[in-house]
Amino acid sequence: MEILKKYPKFFQWLFLLLVFFGLCFAIDVPETYKFIRGQAEFVKDPNQSTYVFLGKEVRYYAFDVFWRLPPLLGWLPIWINDSLFFLMNEWMPLEFWNEDTQEFKTRPLLLEVSRKLTFFMTFLIELIREILIGGINTIVTFTGWDWISDNPWAELPGMPWTIVTAGAVLLSYHLSGRGLALFAGLTMVYISIFGQWKPSMQTLSFILVAAPLSFIFGLGLGIAAFKNKRFEKALYPILLVMQTMPQYAVLVPAMVLFGVGDHAAVIITMIVAIPPMILLTILGLRAVPPEVIEAGKMSGCNNWQLMFKVLIPTARRDILIGVNQVIMVCFSMAVISAFIAAKGLGYNLLLALNRLDIGLALEAGLCISLIAILLDKMSLAWANKQEDYFGNLTFVQRNKNILFFVGTVVVGIILAYLGTYFFKGTHNYLFEVPHNKGISTADFWNRGVDWIFDTFFVYIKAFNTWLIQDVLQPMRALYLRMPAVATIVLVVGAGYLIGGIRSALIVCGLTLFIALSPWWDRALVTTYMATFGVIVSCTIGFIVGTLSFQNKHTASFMLGVCDIFQTFPSFVYLIPVMMLFGITDTSVLIAVIVYATIPATRYTIEGLRSVPAGLHDAATMSGVNKFQRLTKIEFPLAFPHMMLGINQTIVFALFMVIIGAFIGTEDLGQYILKALSDKNGAGIGLTLGVCVAFIALIFDNLIRSWVEKRKKHLGIA
Amino acid sequence: MSDAVIKCESVYKIFGENAKKMLQEANGNVDAKTFQENGCIVGVNNASFEVAKGEMLVVMGLSGSGKSTLLRCISRLTEATGGKIFIEGQDLLQLNDKELIDLRRNKMGMVFQSFALLPHKTVIENIAFPLQIKGIKTEDSISKALEMVKLVGLDGRENYFPRELSGGQQQRVGIARSLAVEPDIWFLDEPFSALDPLIRKEMQDEFLRLQEQLKKTIMFITHDFDEALKLADRIAIMKDGLIEQLDTPAKIVLNPATEYVRKFTEEVPREKVLLIEDVMDKSTDGIGHLMVSKNEVIENVAEKILTQKKTVGVVDNKNNLIGSINPSKIINTVFGGRTDGN
Repeated sequence: MEILKKYPKFFQWLFLLLVFFGLCFAIDVPETYKFIRGQAEFVKDPNQSTYVFLGKEVRYYAFDVFWRLPPLLGWLPIWINDSLFFLMNEWMPLEFWNEDTQEFKTRPLLLEVSRKLTFFMTFLIELIREILIGGINTIVTFTGWDWISDNPWAELPGMPWTIVTAGAVLLSYHLSGRGLALFAGLTMVYISIFGQWKPSMQTLSFILVAAPLSFIFGLGLGIAAFKNKRFEKALYPILLVMQTMPQYAVLVPAMVLFGVGDHAAVIITMIVAIPPMILLTILGLRAVPPEVIEAGKMSGCNNWQLMFKVLIPTARRDILIGVNQVIMVCFSMAVISAFIAAKGLGYNLLLALNRLDIGLALEAGLCISLIAILLDKMSLAWANKQEDYFGNLTFVQRNKNILFFVGTVVVGIILAYLGTYFFKGTHNYLFEVPHNKGISTADFWNRGVDWIFDTFFVYIKAFNTWLIQDVLQPMRALYLRMPAVATIVLVVGAGYLIGGIRSALIVCGLTLFIALSPWWDRALVTTYMATFGVIVSCTIGFIVGTLSFQNKHTASFMLGVCDIFQTFPSFVYLIPVMMLFGITDTSVLIAVIVYATIPATRYTIEGLRSVPAGLHDAATMSGVNKFQRLTKIEFPLAFPHMMLGINQTIVFALFMVIIGAFIGTEDLGQYILKALSDKNGAGIGLTLGVCVAFIALIFDNLIRSWVEKRKKHLGIA
Repeated sequence: MSDAVIKCESVYKIFGENAKKMLQEANGNVDAKTFQENGCIVGVNNASFEVAKGEMLVVMGLSGSGKSTLLRCISRLTEATGGKIFIEGQDLLQLNDKELIDLRRNKMGMVFQSFALLPHKTVIENIAFPLQIKGIKTEDSISKALEMVKLVGLDGRENYFPRELSGGQQQRVGIARSLAVEPDIWFLDEPFSALDPLIRKEMQDEFLRLQEQLKKTIMFITHDFDEALKLADRIAIMKDGLIEQLDTPAKIVLNPATEYVRKFTEEVPREKVLLIEDVMDKSTDGIGHLMVSKNEVIENVAEKILTQKKTVGVVDNKNNLIGSINPSKIINTVFGGRTDGN
């Protein structure tokens, strides 16, 4: 009893675990139960139970409710599909003027809105694309196909790659200086001579539309939420789900609304990129000191000036992180949206991966990553740009960059023109290096992959077999063996012990949603892969972070590396692992581990850094050695922040697991991928996405509650 | 109409949900305790005073006394719950947004305790900020800001960012910014509290020098009684939202109105605060040949007076004899009252 009173928490947890394992052993696997495929929705079978909800018949195999809950939410996907169909095709038909046929036409409102939006987005993308690489669609938009056939000369000529490269270099130089200019130059030249120019420019045009729009909308909504508490409260849960929903899952419903193509990709990208921008905007604006706001008011700012000249610039740090996130998401989506027929590097990457042409995939992936880093650094430099009021500059000095650019445009055009003579009969390399006509190192890489396979096949195979047979399979079996009730008890109990009744209720709701959906088994598989990834990532991240923290320079270096790796689109991570491990679960898990190690490392370093210097000194003066200081002072204090890192690690891991479906896994991701090619996939895709988001949110809620409590306890809230 | 630049008539500021209603029901009898029981916190309680043109009123109080709240009511950064505030005869609380912004752009300047500089702007941009907000051309605002930089002695640091400056320098920028629009009324909210003692003294001297030059109407907030004595024309001492006493430094030191005020005055070196005028007698009987000016601080002439055996005459600025002072009076003033408790 004494001990019980001394460590009440310990015994509460012990009790919870006892109940959990008790339930696990008490409830047997039903004999007829088939894992994963046990709840197939499409087969008619007399053994199945059915229920009807709002006219929707849901068939399922009934099992002991302690073992698996019945899929009472099975109607949800169908209902979502029907609602979408109704909204698109029947809801609020209105008369719209049709320019082509010169008459009014009846159309549902949403369809019309979607068409108009599609038209607008397509126009924006085409405009930028054709400025970069030429084309006729923009002119067609203003005139018509008839006019074009009458005037075959009318075509945007596009810019020679030399001019775009020079422009990028000059802009980088203007914004930041020599270093960035050099990087920009190398990137552009690489893209060009490796024959990736056209797809790169297609991707770039997509980004140049998606990123600024996401930024503007995110900032706008963030400001609105900052100004209006009620709006923020309504927005917040949506943002949470959106942020943790895998990007794949958004593709499907968006496809129904906007069709396929670049415009749909832009809209989806915006949907995915806006939530983090909103959250970071709110966060930044909240952190502006009240006295700065008062200073702005006393300087006579009106509301507009106060927001745009005082609040936003002061909150710049967080807003810039938002911009970084937007760019990151945009490039990530640039690849993923190749699934819905967006053109560009992503399409090439996907094609190469599909053909297992690792070399080509590597080149395309490198292109995307380089452009991503370049844009990220440029946006950062732009925000930090300082104006010079004192230099008494002449017109030429003041505008030297613009003048220089005009010069290069002229030179570029002349070069391109000369090129038409020089490269007679072949491609004009001074205008554009065509796809597949540049230098390619693909063969080298492919041979390298072959060599690795030939040389290390035995070892890789052995490792693979060991990992799958001795680690993954048992772990997977353990997860699947959990009766639904035991899982729910465990999760809810943990919620109650960590965050009290409120937390328990939230977590219970989230878990029940997944348990009542038809995909509980798959959710377990997703969770098992994510947990495995998270455990390994956290271990690696923790060790790497702690080691590099020992030295100021290595710590900064490591954070820089994390920055760069974070900018890589998630899909790119699949390339090297497929190189080494082929198409297996191991590949997916390794990609998950690599990807998820980034936040784990970053937060470890940041957490350790956040320990006040005073404490550091106090500890040193008490005579602790380095190791003691680490274990007794720095870890306990840094731990709450590090836990937030684990939170991020979980989200990253889940994303990667879902993307791993591309390689082939038997989890939620596989169904999301399936839903992409299903004409009724919207409902399934969305529900699956919500399931994945909820898995993340369960962990999120538990970790956050714990961190808050811990921070309060340590007095560093 | 008087020549008061700032005039407050029973200003109240009460925080809480139904503060307005409760204030009306209280009918001018606001008791902090009863309000607190009803979930309201009294920030400013019935503040009435005037500040004349060119006068420096120092509001002194400990933290939570409502001094900053009072200042924010007068600059209308928070809305007063009740009462009237007049700025140069204009009813401040009746102004609409546009008029208020106009007033702030042209008449008011404010300095903040934490400097409140814009982190993304350089020194020169920070100072030019209120001008640019007004819509003044970049070149003009920059040249005006350069004048201000000279005024506060930050030459050569125009292109520094606030984070690259020391606290004292940052506050110089804050001061320069608040003066850039050449306001008539100058609010300073504990401007020197965040600074080191030595820098603080330097800034106080600098501030007095500036005021000598500029002759603004000033409301200055501080929690430091010595600072208040050093700077003020008049001091208002606040406690729990109430103004306990509002008077010249000398009168506060000589006649503290309440026990609370007296506690502050106890430790004050009176010889440094009081003038001869404050302690002289009106009668001119039996004076010797030594004369002192009424405007001298006691400390400076004490030795001269104390070495006299006779009463010393006091003269005004035009050398007319207006009173006398006995050496024993000096001793009384300086040492008297300190031994109270013993």
